[in-house]
Amino acid sequence: MTALFEVDHLQKAFGGLNVTRDVSLALGKGDRVALIGPNGAGKTTFVNLVTGHLRPDFGQVLMGGEDISRFNPMRRVRAGLVRSFQVTRLFGEMTPEEHVALAILQRQGKSGRMAGSSQAMPDVMRETYEILETLNLTALGRVPVSEIAYGQQRLLEIALALALRPKVLLLDEPAAGVPHSDTFLIENALAQLPADLAVLMIEHDMDLVFRFAKRVIVLAAGEIIFDGLPVDATNDLRVREAYLGGYANGSAA
Amino acid sequence: MSAGVSVTAIPAQTRGWQRDLIGISVILIAALAGYFLFPNNLALLTRMIAIMLLVLSLDLVTGYCGVATLGHAALFGSGAYAAGIAAAHFGITEPITMIAIGAIGGALAGLISGVVILRGHGLAQLVLSIAIIHLFHEAANKASEYTGGSDGLSGISPDPILGVFEFDLWGRTAYVFGIVLLLLVFILLRILVRSPFGMLCRGIRQDPVRVSAMGASVKLTLIKMYAISGLVAGVGGAFNAVSTQVVGLDSLSFTNSAEALVMLVLGGVGSLYGALIGTIAFIWIEDLVSAANPFHWLTIVGALLIAVVLFAPKGLYGTAATFVERYRRGAK
Ligand SMILES: Nc1ncnc2c1ncn2[C@@H]1O[C@H](COP(=O)(O)OP(=O)(O)OP(=O)(O)O)[C@@H](O)[C@H]1O
Ligand SMILES: [Mg+2]
Repeated sequence: MTALFEVDHLQKAFGGLNVTRDVSLALGKGDRVALIGPNGAGKTTFVNLVTGHLRPDFGQVLMGGEDISRFNPMRRVRAGLVRSFQVTRLFGEMTPEEHVALAILQRQGKSGRMAGSSQAMPDVMRETYEILETLNLTALGRVPVSEIAYGQQRLLEIALALALRPKVLLLDEPAAGVPHSDTFLIENALAQLPADLAVLMIEHDMDLVFRFAKRVIVLAAGEIIFDGLPVDATNDLRVREAYLGGYANGSAA
Repeated sequence: MSAGVSVTAIPAQTRGWQRDLIGISVILIAALAGYFLFPNNLALLTRMIAIMLLVLSLDLVTGYCGVATLGHAALFGSGAYAAGIAAAHFGITEPITMIAIGAIGGALAGLISGVVILRGHGLAQLVLSIAIIHLFHEAANKASEYTGGSDGLSGISPDPILGVFEFDLWGRTAYVFGIVLLLLVFILLRILVRSPFGMLCRGIRQDPVRVSAMGASVKLTLIKMYAISGLVAGVGGAFNAVSTQVVGLDSLSFTNSAEALVMLVLGGVGSLYGALIGTIAFIWIEDLVSAANPFHWLTIVGALLIAVVLFAPKGLYGTAATFVERYRRGAK
């Protein structure tokens, strides 16, 4: 059976630095996978390669068996592959309502309409506020994003991903920058994701990883060094080494 | 937190249309005031209207989409020549048809400019836009058989509008025609900028990567906007041809492009009102100062521009709007 999402032998080097080394993995419907690894392991680069924001030196990306390696980011999104950004990328002057409505309109193929407004489309507004409600952002619906707290901007990142109704969702550290008291909102949102959606989440918070993931992939120095059950990851020698090595380097620097 | 959200939780629509009605009324009142206060200066006011259309058009790509260009007069001039050539060489002198031909000419020029300029980013974009305006200028200069070259294109004598309203010596008909065109364009553009497409364009200006991560095509959207912008500038150019009955190479000049950008910055980038106010302010000051001191008016305009950029970076309208907003919030 062909996998919903498949990455084959992906490679990328920046100058002499091999940031992605022969990375292969596959996701199926409903998967909940955590991608972990020390800082600089190449996790974000992996997402950039897969979503077409960076061009790999070698390797393929497939959705439902179809090779999408030559697609630009836009076409990959349309194929159902959606990401969130580790550092929020939002429109500072626009409101959360406008962000989510725009994503919904885009999904429905209506973002090119030159008349009417999202506010005058009841179904779009209803869905917009359903999504905002899930992330506890309803009260901020009409406040420009530049005026809302970073933690809430992080939530809006997820709201945008939800609004696009992807088949495969890649979340790059969704909880980074969110106050601890608010991470439950992100967990709530994750819990409400459609059951057949495949999710790959990059995350450093191990508690969150254990609650969320049924499978863990560990990346170190651009290489997958572990792919299996969360409980086994903690006991794996190479994983421990990678993290300890990372910490040792970190404290030496 | 229940799954379904009741519709009442959704905030009421902002009252954008009421604000637009006020805006349209203000334009109408200003137009009437201009007509009665400066009956001997209608030619100047009419030129203002043509340039307003150019600056509105520039605002669409620069203000709403964030594309920097110093070649926007290419769109305006193409509209002017299209309408002028149709009248002078092909006998199409019905004014509304001339405007439509100008609009198409402008849209085509917009399409070409867009495809070229959007290949670059930032500084490269600016350089490409300058190249475009020089190429258009040179093409018009060389095709003197049709354009009259540096002598300009004359022999444009439009019919009465709708067969009834003749263009008179005082320029009254032209002025009223211009106001009607301006209002029409303004209303259509208000609809455009608040539409989903307009929202997408504002998104592109703020973060194109985010827009592509939403699955929208940045390039295609910008090219569409360029064509629309050309349509608007083309109407402006054609109107200029109809009202002055000549088309000069200066309509396709770098200076014209640069001045349009100055007017936009002066009024406030990214707002249709800013485009209108900037044009009025610039042309009015130019007229005043050049009458008072024909040798130093450029110096004075330059100084004024520096003052605006330094002390009111959002332009006249943008700065005023910020003050009003702050006052309102303070009052609450
Ligand atoms: N555009 C680039 N040019 C050169 N080097 C880059 C580029 N992007 C990333 N790198 C380098 O690639 C390596 C991996 O970076 P990446 O951002 O993928 O790590 P990460 O695993 O996401 O780390 P973190 O946990 O800190 O987010 C780092 O050493 C980084 O400096
Ligand atoms: Mg990262």
